[in-house]
Amino acid sequence: MRDYKELQAKLAEAGYIAEESLAMALTLATEIHRPLLLEGEAGVGKTDIARALAKLLGTRLIRLQCYEGLDANATLYEWNYQRQLLSIRAREATEGADSAETLENHIFSEEYLLRRPLLEAISQLEPPVLLIDEIDRADEEFEAFLLELLADYQVTIPELGTIEAVSIPHVVLTSNGTRALSDALRRRCLYSWVDYPDAEKERAILAARMPEIDDELARRIVGFVQQLRREELEKVPGIAETLDWATALVGLKVEKLEDNLDLLQASLICLLKTEADQRAIAPEVTQRLMGKVA
Amino acid sequence: MAEPGENGALPEPPGPRERMRGFIAHLRLNGFTLGPSETALSLDIVRRLDRPTPDGVQAALKVALCGNREDWERFDTLFRAYWFGEGVRRANILRGENTSTPKRARPALWDKVLPPEDRAGRPIGGAAQATNASDGEEDAEAPSAPHRIAADRRDSLFKTDLREISAKEDIAEAERVAESLASAMRYRLSRRRKPSARGRGLDLRRTIRRNIAHGGEPVDLLKRTRPDRPVRIVILLDVSGSMKLYSRYFLLFVRGLLCRWMRADAYLFHTRLVRVTDALTDKDPFRALAKLSLMIEGFGGGTRIAGALEDFNTRYAKQAIDSRTVVVILSDGYDTEAPEHLARELKRLKTRARRIVWLNPLLGWKDYEPVARGMAAALPHIDHFSAANSLQALAALEPELAAL
Repeated sequence: MRDYKELQAKLAEAGYIAEESLAMALTLATEIHRPLLLEGEAGVGKTDIARALAKLLGTRLIRLQCYEGLDANATLYEWNYQRQLLSIRAREATEGADSAETLENHIFSEEYLLRRPLLEAISQLEPPVLLIDEIDRADEEFEAFLLELLADYQVTIPELGTIEAVSIPHVVLTSNGTRALSDALRRRCLYSWVDYPDAEKERAILAARMPEIDDELARRIVGFVQQLRREELEKVPGIAETLDWATALVGLKVEKLEDNLDLLQASLICLLKTEADQRAIAPEVTQRLMGKVA
Repeated sequence: MAEPGENGALPEPPGPRERMRGFIAHLRLNGFTLGPSETALSLDIVRRLDRPTPDGVQAALKVALCGNREDWERFDTLFRAYWFGEGVRRANILRGENTSTPKRARPALWDKVLPPEDRAGRPIGGAAQATNASDGEEDAEAPSAPHRIAADRRDSLFKTDLREISAKEDIAEAERVAESLASAMRYRLSRRRKPSARGRGLDLRRTIRRNIAHGGEPVDLLKRTRPDRPVRIVILLDVSGSMKLYSRYFLLFVRGLLCRWMRADAYLFHTRLVRVTDALTDKDPFRALAKLSLMIEGFGGGTRIAGALEDFNTRYAKQAIDSRTVVVILSDGYDTEAPEHLARELKRLKTRARRIVWLNPLLGWKDYEPVARGMAAALPHIDHFSAANSLQALAALEPELAAL
């Protein structure tokens, strides 16, 4: 088995700064072909992990965004109904009436099959990275279905028969914890809790994404965000918010955070996404937090 | 498995397989959901590590064996406790004793949750501790129960204040009624699915299938709809001293709600908050209560309702509550904290939950007015406030939950 530190270094090259535990999780997941379940607050970079992994392995990333009411049809396959109907009409017009059986065989052939992410993922020659994003948004029925798929890697389509996986994809599931996942799914998966990065790691991320940013400014930005995360907020700012804010500050040509406090206060809309949070972080609070950073 | 490192990272005897099995058992005792297949998986993983260092093994097993955030946070301590003997004396040792000789070794802390268990008809306190130690069974046979019910036992039991039920048979009956009530309620709620002939969207797949016989002309249109989802229930149960006369029944009531219905979640609070869904759903009721007593260990002092709610709001609310959740709080509202705090936390809770129902056993008492300051502050945020001092009152909860 490869050393997880090696993977960690490679991830860093691919632009993703990973914790050791996460690197270990990814190494294990690729090694023993188990799905990896990533849990953590929104905005800690769970989705990006799958992207970085795909980049690193040099394969395709197939993404399935979950939502409430997602069903097997939307994730596996669907028949191309419009084409089926047109084809029925066209055959009527040109060849006269077909027997029902011929017609059925024709319109339920692979030609009319629309592959959705899960079927797509198991029919690739090169194992792709399959990202099942926000699995907690889908309902329990879908979770059970997914569990079945992840166990056998085969899909049965009544009209076509059983389709077996050409290759086993690297599966990454993410969850924001809006719903407790079933124990069965948890047991099937490797698990990693992804936390907000510490200051050092966040600086590294900022440096990787925005190489042009001034070191001192980056240090202040990260320090401020880290302090802000300790406040009681409804929606804690994630890494994406830090990056947005840094971009905004650079765009506003801010060189030192404390230079223009009004501007700083105004720019906080990049970090605070609810009205209550914006009210909670009043200018005095901003100043107090700034004091801790300096 | 890789040979134990030369630095003595993994202790050798009694063989790696046995040690790993022991480790899995150790984690299981601490609430991890693991089985024999995880033992094999762990051994396989350790074997695959090139140069297994303690840290590497720890990190790899953490990924493989944890299933949620709580596991994730506790794993390191448990790992070090098992393999390196750090902080070995843990609660699970105590748990073993509880389950094997429960009657005799019933710890004093149980009294908070299970007050009238084996003290038939006797006043709480006094010689209670001494009788506990002797035997519960004999106590029950001693015919000292003062609340004999003459006519229709079941009917009058229905109206008795739970505080006054104390004979053993009565307790058993009350448990049964509470459980069946809860089950009935659950049944009613979870069946709230309407099969509807006219759905929102066309089911194109079935339509085309069905109409092949008409040469593909869509004559019969089939529709589909999503069934209604059942309501979710979150129960927050106060087990503080002032509530202890009621806690046991509420626990049984809550257990009845939980057993087979997946979408319910239960928490106990006193000075802190503990999630007890998993412990309560244990098939063996005795083991369930033993687990509970362990979880309540360390509770003491006054009730911190607001603090417990705050804990719930920050830690659990996001995954326990959705917009179809009814939050049921069972408490007498005697809070040692500032009432504003309680009001604020209830308001926070209200933004997430569909409905908040507060059941207060004191409300059933004659002449009770919600004078507890906390209770007064809480009232504006509560959708339904009612008594819960008798089984009848619990039964009256049903329409409240169904009316969603």
